[in-house]
Amino acid sequence: MRLSLARREALWAFAFLLVPLAFFLFIRIWPAFQALWLSLYEWNADPAKRHFVGLEHYQQMLGDKLLRRALVNTLLYTLIGVPAQLVLGLIVALLLNSVERFRDLFRAIYFAPYITPAVAVAWTFSWMLSANFGIVNEILRLLGLPAQPFLQSPQQALLTVTAVIVWQNLGFQVVLFLAGLQNIPREYYEAARIDGADGWALFRHITLPLLNPVIVFSAVIGTIGFLQLFTQVVNLNFTDQGGPLDSTLTLALYIYQQAFSRFELGYAAAITVLLFGIILLITLVQLRLLSRRVEY
Amino acid sequence: MRISRLSILLAYVVLVLGSLVMIFPFLWMLLTSLKPFQEVFDLKLFPQSATLNNYRQVLLETQFPRWFFNSLVVAVITTLSVLFFDSLVGYTLAKLRFPGKGVIFVLILSTLMVPTEMLIIPWYVMSAENGWVNTYWGLLFPGLMSAFGVFLLRQFFQTLPGDLLDAGRMDGLSEFGVFWRVAFPLVRPALAALGIFTFLGNWNAFLWPLVIVQTAEMRTLPVGVALFSGEAGTAWNLIMAASSLAVLPVLLVFLFFQRQIIEGVVLTGVKG
Repeated sequence: MRLSLARREALWAFAFLLVPLAFFLFIRIWPAFQALWLSLYEWNADPAKRHFVGLEHYQQMLGDKLLRRALVNTLLYTLIGVPAQLVLGLIVALLLNSVERFRDLFRAIYFAPYITPAVAVAWTFSWMLSANFGIVNEILRLLGLPAQPFLQSPQQALLTVTAVIVWQNLGFQVVLFLAGLQNIPREYYEAARIDGADGWALFRHITLPLLNPVIVFSAVIGTIGFLQLFTQVVNLNFTDQGGPLDSTLTLALYIYQQAFSRFELGYAAAITVLLFGIILLITLVQLRLLSRRVEY
Repeated sequence: MRISRLSILLAYVVLVLGSLVMIFPFLWMLLTSLKPFQEVFDLKLFPQSATLNNYRQVLLETQFPRWFFNSLVVAVITTLSVLFFDSLVGYTLAKLRFPGKGVIFVLILSTLMVPTEMLIIPWYVMSAENGWVNTYWGLLFPGLMSAFGVFLLRQFFQTLPGDLLDAGRMDGLSEFGVFWRVAFPLVRPALAALGIFTFLGNWNAFLWPLVIVQTAEMRTLPVGVALFSGEAGTAWNLIMAASSLAVLPVLLVFLFFQRQIIEGVVLTGVKG
């Protein structure tokens, strides 16, 4: 008997999905639940020495001062970094949109850092920002300004790291915003000008609302990136990762240290559950707040 | 009219100043990498006696070529795997009818919410139990498919007209043949974008390779550069040579595929 056409199509579909479904189930979904399960155990490589501790790790998190520091730092990175890169990206995109010549060249220059390995970027900046022999302080001296400790100062380190990341991410925002700007029909501006709108009004009532979907997209992507900050923090201050005085410590770095330096895998897993919750919550709130419908 | 001329001039001035800020770190990295150690702390812009010794030292006295090779292996295999499987899944979800389609799509999409940090500990435990630690398989198994790629490609396959696929079936192609010969080549722009970003993402990846690699010869380029630099102390000439060697291939690729890469960002950004 021949299979009906619909049955045949469904069989092919399942054949196509077999390997990928196995991958997503065993490598992406199952481990997420395993992290939850791990967080309830005091982990040991020897199965006989593992024991169930229930919610003890979550209780431990409440009293962990270093975790609180990592949490506050991570939120600071995000709250400073995301708006900074959105605003700077928008400014550069607006400038690029207003000029005709060399636009592609400028765009390429601003974009290049985005694709370069974060490790190399971090080491280069670590050298440039070195307190005693850094070229940045040398430039400040030439300008008659006082030298700064940058990454060596608990007060400046977090801001310095943020600045490096914004430097690297800027081009991504620029490219997205520029594409968004070029999608806005010129007639809108012309019509509004006839109605007597000035530059600021044009920006406020045409550019910004029409750019909203792109802004939401890059705000969400940027936030998720900053909440998972790891590579730059590790490499910018390699001999004192997260320092000085834990001032640059992030959640991801703290998780790494707990899991792979102290082998507290259960406790580290509990913190990843917290990170998951934070990312989920912030993403949902952002989508809610920022994605208001645009009326044409 | 004069005011608008002035504002355009001003725009150029700001853009040029900004470009200097973007370019200077690359320049300083390269210039430092060409200086002998004695000159490094003079902070002169150009080396007095430029040398390639730092590069020679990094390439010959570390396992840098091996790290380069490891990164290449991981990035190439994961990219090919992502392109093939993600488009197969994207195509199936967009174009074939079968029960449970909605559930499967949501299942795959839901994995986008889970941060990598949460998976790394279970992946590590899994790898330790199966002997995957410090192997190529251990390095690349987490990246073999991407939920984002499935989502992106599904959008593109949805725009293909069904008649085209039916024509392929009429010509006697199997269902796989229809996918591989007819549909797959038609989403080339999306594949190019996804391919470039999967490659770069794996080439630049740091956290998972740092966890799973234990010996110097299995390091990927970013892990190799980081740990080498950590040991090099104040030999910034060597550190900058290692960084340059990590950055230059990426910049070269960017120089050649600049348009495709930038269009890729727009494509994935707008569709994603």
